[in-house]
Amino acid sequence: MHEMGIAMEIVEIAISSIPDNIKNACVERVNLKVGKLSAIVPESLRFCFDIVSKDTPLAGAKLNIENIPVVVRCRECDLKWTIDSPVFKCKKCKSGLIDIISGRELDITSIEVVEE
Amino acid sequence: MEIKVVRRVLDVNEKMAQQNRSLFTEKEIFVLNVMSSPGSGKTTMLERTLSYVLPEIRSAVIAGDICTSNDADRLARTGVPVEQVNTDEFGGDCHLAAHVIEKAASNIDLDDIDLLIVENVGNLVCPAEFDIGEDARVVVLSVTEGEDKPLKYPLMFRECNAAILNKIDLLPYLEYNKNSTLKNIQQINPGMPVFEISATKNTGFDPWIEWLKNKVKSKQKKL
Repeated sequence: MHEMGIAMEIVEIAISSIPDNIKNACVERVNLKVGKLSAIVPESLRFCFDIVSKDTPLAGAKLNIENIPVVVRCRECDLKWTIDSPVFKCKKCKSGLIDIISGRELDITSIEVVEE
Repeated sequence: MEIKVVRRVLDVNEKMAQQNRSLFTEKEIFVLNVMSSPGSGKTTMLERTLSYVLPEIRSAVIAGDICTSNDADRLARTGVPVEQVNTDEFGGDCHLAAHVIEKAASNIDLDDIDLLIVENVGNLVCPAEFDIGEDARVVVLSVTEGEDKPLKYPLMFRECNAAILNKIDLLPYLEYNKNSTLKNIQQINPGMPVFEISATKNTGFDPWIEWLKNKVKSKQKKL
Protein backbone atom coordinates (compact mmCIF):
# COMPACT_ATOMS: atom_id res chain seq x y z
CA MET A 1 0.00 0.00 0.00
CA HIS A 2 2.97 2.31 0.52
CA GLU A 3 4.70 1.28 -2.69
CA MET A 4 4.85 4.88 -3.95
CA GLY A 5 7.00 5.96 -1.01
CA ILE A 6 9.18 2.87 -1.41
CA ALA A 7 9.58 3.57 -5.14
CA MET A 8 10.65 7.16 -4.38
CA GLU A 9 13.17 5.88 -1.85
CA ILE A 10 14.55 3.38 -4.40
CA VAL A 11 14.99 6.12 -7.01
CA GLU A 12 16.77 8.33 -4.47
CA ILE A 13 19.14 5.58 -3.31
CA ALA A 14 19.87 4.50 -6.90
CA ILE A 15 20.63 8.05 -8.06
CA SER A 16 22.94 8.64 -5.12
CA SER A 17 24.76 5.40 -5.97
CA ILE A 18 25.77 6.46 -9.50
CA PRO A 19 29.52 7.19 -9.37
CA ASP A 20 30.43 10.86 -9.94
CA ASN A 21 32.90 9.98 -12.69
CA ILE A 22 30.22 8.59 -14.99
CA LYS A 23 28.80 11.39 -17.11
CA ASN A 24 25.21 11.17 -18.36
CA ALA A 25 24.79 7.84 -16.67
CA CYS A 26 21.65 5.95 -17.40
CA VAL A 27 20.46 3.19 -15.07
CA GLU A 28 19.20 0.14 -16.95
CA ARG A 29 18.37 -2.12 -14.10
CA VAL A 30 17.86 -1.98 -10.35
CA ASN A 31 18.35 -5.26 -8.51
CA LEU A 32 16.23 -5.68 -5.41
CA LYS A 33 15.74 -8.33 -2.75
CA VAL A 34 12.21 -8.45 -1.41
CA GLY A 35 11.37 -10.81 1.45
CA LYS A 36 8.08 -12.64 1.38
CA LEU A 37 7.14 -11.16 4.75
CA SER A 38 7.56 -7.57 3.57
CA ALA A 39 4.33 -5.79 2.78
CA ILE A 40 5.28 -5.11 -0.83
CA VAL A 41 3.31 -6.04 -3.93
CA PRO A 42 5.84 -6.31 -6.81
CA GLU A 43 3.34 -5.28 -9.52
CA SER A 44 2.40 -2.13 -7.58
CA LEU A 45 6.04 -1.36 -6.90
CA ARG A 46 6.89 -1.63 -10.62
CA PHE A 47 3.95 0.59 -11.53
CA CYS A 48 4.98 3.27 -9.02
CA PHE A 49 8.63 2.99 -9.97
CA ASP A 50 7.82 3.67 -13.64
CA ILE A 51 6.01 6.85 -12.62
CA VAL A 52 8.54 8.28 -10.17
CA SER A 53 11.58 7.39 -12.28
CA LYS A 54 10.39 9.54 -15.20
CA ASP A 55 12.78 12.39 -16.03
CA THR A 56 15.51 10.85 -13.87
CA PRO A 57 18.58 8.79 -14.89
CA LEU A 58 16.41 5.77 -14.00
CA ALA A 59 13.73 6.41 -16.60
CA GLY A 60 12.92 3.15 -18.35
CA ALA A 61 15.02 1.09 -15.96
CA LYS A 62 13.88 -2.40 -15.12
CA LEU A 63 13.19 -3.42 -11.52
CA ASN A 64 14.60 -6.87 -11.06
CA ILE A 65 12.99 -8.31 -7.94
CA GLU A 66 14.42 -11.38 -6.27
CA ASN A 67 11.88 -12.88 -3.88
CA ILE A 68 13.42 -14.08 -0.65
CA PRO A 69 11.68 -16.96 1.15
CA VAL A 70 10.92 -16.89 4.85
CA VAL A 71 13.62 -18.91 6.61
CA VAL A 72 13.37 -19.43 10.35
CA ARG A 73 15.48 -21.04 13.05
CA CYS A 74 14.41 -22.67 16.30
CA ARG A 75 16.20 -21.19 19.29
CA GLU A 76 15.75 -24.41 21.28
CA CYS A 77 16.94 -27.12 18.87
CA ASP A 78 18.66 -25.02 16.18
CA LEU A 79 16.56 -26.49 13.35
CA LYS A 80 16.48 -24.20 10.32
CA TRP A 81 13.74 -24.44 7.70
CA THR A 82 11.74 -22.49 5.11
CA ILE A 83 8.11 -21.81 5.89
CA ASP A 84 5.43 -21.49 3.24
CA SER A 85 2.58 -20.68 5.61
CA PRO A 86 2.56 -18.47 8.70
CA VAL A 87 3.25 -21.13 11.33
CA PHE A 88 5.98 -19.97 13.66
CA LYS A 89 6.41 -23.16 15.63
CA CYS A 90 9.28 -25.63 15.46
CA LYS A 91 8.48 -28.65 13.30
CA LYS A 92 10.73 -30.85 15.41
CA CYS A 93 10.56 -29.78 19.06
CA LYS A 94 7.32 -27.68 18.88
CA SER A 95 9.03 -24.72 20.52
CA GLY A 96 7.62 -21.27 19.81
CA LEU A 97 10.98 -19.52 20.20
CA ILE A 98 11.55 -18.92 16.53
CA ASP A 99 13.88 -16.36 14.94
CA ILE A 100 13.28 -15.08 11.44
CA ILE A 101 16.54 -15.48 9.48
CA SER A 102 15.28 -14.09 6.17
CA GLY A 103 12.07 -12.91 4.61
CA ARG A 104 11.97 -9.35 5.92
CA GLU A 105 14.31 -7.94 3.24
CA LEU A 106 13.66 -4.83 1.23
CA ASP A 107 17.16 -4.15 -0.06
CA ILE A 108 18.75 -2.66 -3.14
CA THR A 109 21.67 -4.95 -3.95
CA SER A 110 22.98 -3.22 -7.08
CA ILE A 111 22.26 -0.99 -10.03
CA GLU A 112 23.34 -1.58 -13.62
CA VAL A 113 24.54 1.53 -15.38
CA VAL A 114 25.40 2.42 -18.97
CA GLU A 115 27.34 5.51 -19.96
CA GLU A 116 25.81 7.47 -22.81
CA MET B 1 28.35 -1.91 -15.55
CA GLU B 2 27.01 -3.24 -12.28
CA ILE B 3 27.48 -1.10 -9.21
CA LYS B 4 27.06 -2.71 -5.82
CA VAL B 5 24.74 -0.76 -3.56
CA VAL B 6 23.54 -3.10 -0.78
CA ARG B 7 21.27 -0.75 1.11
CA ARG B 8 18.05 -1.26 2.91
CA VAL B 9 15.33 0.75 1.25
CA LEU B 10 13.91 1.67 4.66
CA ASP B 11 17.33 2.80 5.91
CA VAL B 12 16.28 6.42 6.30
CA ASN B 13 13.26 5.44 8.37
CA GLU B 14 15.28 3.08 10.54
CA LYS B 15 17.91 5.70 11.31
CA MET B 16 15.23 8.19 12.26
CA ALA B 17 13.52 5.54 14.41
CA GLN B 18 16.79 4.97 16.30
CA GLN B 19 17.10 8.71 16.91
CA ASN B 20 13.57 8.78 18.27
CA ARG B 21 14.32 5.77 20.47
CA SER B 22 17.43 7.40 21.96
CA LEU B 23 15.49 10.58 22.71
CA PHE B 24 12.61 8.70 24.35
CA THR B 25 15.04 6.59 26.40
CA GLU B 26 16.88 9.69 27.58
CA LYS B 27 13.54 11.16 28.67
CA GLU B 28 12.47 7.84 30.27
CA ILE B 29 9.33 7.69 28.19
CA PHE B 30 7.71 4.39 27.32
CA VAL B 31 6.41 4.52 23.75
CA LEU B 32 3.53 2.29 22.74
CA ASN B 33 2.66 1.82 19.07
CA VAL B 34 -1.00 0.80 18.81
CA MET B 35 -2.09 -0.73 15.53
CA SER B 36 -5.28 -2.30 14.23
CA SER B 37 -7.68 -2.51 11.33
CA PRO B 38 -10.14 0.38 10.96
CA GLY B 39 -13.12 0.08 13.29
CA SER B 40 -11.61 -2.31 15.83
CA GLY B 41 -12.39 0.14 18.63
CA LYS B 42 -8.84 1.38 19.07
CA THR B 43 -9.79 4.93 20.03
CA THR B 44 -12.43 3.84 22.57
CA MET B 45 -9.91 1.36 24.01
CA LEU B 46 -7.36 4.16 24.36
CA GLU B 47 -9.86 6.54 25.98
CA ARG B 48 -10.55 3.87 28.61
CA THR B 49 -6.88 3.01 29.00
CA LEU B 50 -6.04 6.66 29.68
CA SER B 51 -8.80 6.88 32.27
CA TYR B 52 -7.12 3.96 34.11
CA VAL B 53 -3.51 5.12 33.99
CA LEU B 54 -4.09 8.84 34.65
CA PRO B 55 -2.98 10.71 36.69
CA GLU B 56 -0.43 8.17 38.02
CA ILE B 57 1.17 7.81 34.60
CA ARG B 58 1.55 11.11 32.79
CA SER B 59 0.61 10.46 29.18
CA ALA B 60 0.42 11.99 25.73
CA VAL B 61 -0.94 10.70 22.43
CA ILE B 62 0.05 11.00 18.80
CA ALA B 63 -2.97 10.08 16.70
CA GLY B 64 -2.51 9.20 13.05
CA ASP B 65 -5.29 9.22 10.52
CA ILE B 66 -5.45 9.76 6.82
CA CYS B 67 -8.07 12.47 7.36
CA THR B 68 -10.13 14.19 10.10
CA SER B 69 -9.22 15.01 13.70
CA ASN B 70 -12.14 13.02 15.18
CA ASP B 71 -9.95 10.57 17.10
CA ALA B 72 -7.64 13.30 18.38
CA ASP B 73 -10.64 15.36 19.57
CA ARG B 74 -12.01 12.38 21.49
CA LEU B 75 -8.67 11.59 23.10
CA ALA B 76 -8.03 15.24 23.98
CA ARG B 77 -11.16 15.16 26.17
CA THR B 78 -9.28 12.87 28.56
CA GLY B 79 -7.08 15.89 29.31
CA VAL B 80 -3.80 14.61 27.86
CA PRO B 81 -1.79 16.43 25.18
CA VAL B 82 -2.77 15.03 21.77
CA GLU B 83 -0.89 15.58 18.54
CA GLN B 84 -2.94 14.88 15.47
CA VAL B 85 -1.11 13.70 12.36
CA ASN B 86 -3.04 13.59 9.12
CA THR B 87 -0.99 11.52 6.75
CA ASP B 88 -2.58 13.05 3.67
CA GLU B 89 0.02 15.78 3.81
CA PHE B 90 2.49 12.98 3.08
CA GLY B 91 0.47 11.56 0.24
CA GLY B 92 -2.36 9.74 2.03
CA ASP B 93 0.07 7.36 3.64
CA CYS B 94 -1.20 4.18 5.15
CA HIS B 95 1.15 4.23 8.13
CA LEU B 96 3.11 6.54 10.41
CA ALA B 97 6.80 6.77 9.61
CA ALA B 98 9.57 7.70 12.06
CA HIS B 99 10.03 11.26 10.76
CA VAL B 100 6.34 11.96 11.34
CA ILE B 101 6.70 10.87 14.96
CA GLU B 102 9.79 13.01 15.40
CA LYS B 103 7.92 16.08 14.17
CA ALA B 104 4.81 15.36 16.26
CA ALA B 105 6.86 14.63 19.39
CA SER B 106 8.62 17.98 19.07
CA ASN B 107 5.27 19.62 19.89
CA ILE B 108 4.94 17.63 23.14
CA ASP B 109 6.71 18.50 26.39
CA LEU B 110 8.70 15.30 26.77
CA ASP B 111 9.90 16.21 30.26
CA ASP B 112 6.32 16.08 31.42
CA ILE B 113 5.27 12.56 30.35
CA ASP B 114 5.99 8.91 31.19
CA LEU B 115 3.96 7.30 28.43
CA LEU B 116 3.59 8.23 24.79
CA ILE B 117 0.87 6.37 22.95
CA VAL B 118 0.98 6.37 19.17
CA GLU B 119 -2.36 5.52 17.64
CA ASN B 120 -1.28 4.36 14.21
CA VAL B 121 -3.35 4.56 11.02
CA GLY B 122 -6.04 1.85 10.93
CA ASN B 123 -4.39 -0.78 8.74
CA LEU B 124 -3.08 -4.28 9.49
CA VAL B 125 -0.50 -4.27 6.71
CA CYS B 126 1.81 -1.29 6.37
CA PRO B 127 2.32 0.01 9.93
CA ALA B 128 3.97 -3.31 10.85
CA GLU B 129 6.77 -2.51 8.44
CA PHE B 130 7.77 0.85 9.92
CA ASP B 131 9.79 1.21 13.10
CA ILE B 132 8.94 4.54 14.73
CA GLY B 133 11.21 4.24 17.76
CA GLU B 134 8.65 2.55 19.99
CA ASP B 135 9.28 0.22 22.95
CA ALA B 136 6.33 -2.06 22.35
CA ARG B 137 3.71 -2.74 19.73
CA VAL B 138 0.17 -3.74 20.43
CA VAL B 139 -2.39 -4.92 17.90
CA VAL B 140 -6.10 -4.41 18.58
CA LEU B 141 -8.43 -6.93 17.03
CA SER B 142 -12.20 -7.11 17.49
CA VAL B 143 -14.49 -10.10 17.45
CA THR B 144 -16.52 -8.62 14.58
CA GLU B 145 -13.52 -9.29 12.36
CA GLY B 146 -12.69 -12.80 11.15
CA GLU B 147 -10.97 -15.43 13.27
CA ASP B 148 -8.35 -15.80 10.56
CA LYS B 149 -7.11 -12.20 10.70
CA PRO B 150 -3.82 -13.24 12.39
CA LEU B 151 -3.14 -15.69 9.54
CA LYS B 152 -3.96 -13.10 6.90
CA TYR B 153 -1.69 -10.47 8.46
CA PRO B 154 1.16 -12.56 9.87
CA LEU B 155 3.73 -9.77 9.94
CA MET B 156 1.51 -7.59 12.13
CA PHE B 157 0.87 -10.36 14.65
CA ARG B 158 4.48 -11.49 14.53
CA GLU B 159 5.82 -8.00 15.19
CA CYS B 160 3.56 -7.15 18.11
CA ASN B 161 4.30 -7.75 21.78
CA ALA B 162 0.68 -8.08 22.85
CA ALA B 163 -2.79 -8.31 21.35
CA ILE B 164 -6.06 -6.87 22.58
CA LEU B 165 -9.22 -8.70 21.60
CA ASN B 166 -11.97 -6.09 21.78
CA LYS B 167 -15.79 -6.12 21.71
CA ILE B 168 -16.02 -9.43 23.58
CA ASP B 169 -19.41 -8.28 24.94
CA LEU B 170 -20.75 -9.01 21.44
CA LEU B 171 -19.77 -12.70 21.51
CA PRO B 172 -23.29 -13.97 22.41
CA TYR B 173 -24.66 -12.36 19.23
CA LEU B 174 -22.01 -13.56 16.82
CA GLU B 175 -21.05 -16.80 15.18
CA TYR B 176 -17.49 -16.32 16.27
CA ASN B 177 -15.05 -18.94 17.44
CA LYS B 178 -12.84 -17.11 19.92
CA ASN B 179 -10.65 -20.15 20.58
CA SER B 180 -9.86 -20.34 16.89
CA THR B 181 -8.66 -16.71 16.96
CA LEU B 182 -6.52 -17.38 20.02
CA LYS B 183 -5.07 -20.48 18.38
CA ASN B 184 -4.24 -18.52 15.24
CA ILE B 185 -2.52 -15.81 17.25
CA GLN B 186 -0.42 -18.39 19.12
CA GLN B 187 0.55 -19.99 15.82
CA ILE B 188 2.01 -16.72 14.54
CA ASN B 189 3.45 -15.51 17.82
CA PRO B 190 3.65 -18.25 20.45
CA GLY B 191 3.37 -16.91 23.98
CA MET B 192 2.06 -13.48 23.02
CA PRO B 193 -0.23 -12.13 25.74
CA VAL B 194 -3.82 -11.57 24.59
CA PHE B 195 -6.10 -9.29 26.61
CA GLU B 196 -9.84 -9.82 26.15
CA ILE B 197 -11.76 -6.63 26.75
CA SER B 198 -14.88 -4.70 25.94
CA ALA B 199 -13.98 -1.04 25.56
CA THR B 200 -17.59 0.19 25.40
CA LYS B 201 -18.68 -1.87 28.44
CA ASN B 202 -15.41 -1.14 30.25
CA THR B 203 -14.69 -4.77 31.17
CA GLY B 204 -11.54 -6.88 31.22
CA PHE B 205 -9.13 -3.96 31.47
CA ASP B 206 -7.24 -4.91 34.66
CA PRO B 207 -4.68 -7.38 33.20
CA TRP B 208 -4.00 -5.04 30.27
CA ILE B 209 -3.52 -2.00 32.51
CA GLU B 210 -1.21 -4.01 34.77
CA TRP B 211 0.87 -5.09 31.74
CA LEU B 212 1.10 -1.51 30.53
CA LYS B 213 1.96 -0.02 33.92
CA ASN B 214 4.73 -2.59 34.42
CA LYS B 215 6.21 -1.71 31.04
CA VAL B 216 6.13 2.01 31.78
CA LYS B 217 7.79 1.45 35.18
CA SER B 218 10.51 -0.83 33.83
CA LYS B 219 11.43 1.82 31.27
CA GLN B 220 11.92 4.31 34.08
CA LYS B 221 14.11 1.93 36.04
CA LYS B 222 16.44 1.36 33.11
CA LEU B 223 18.38 4.56 33.66
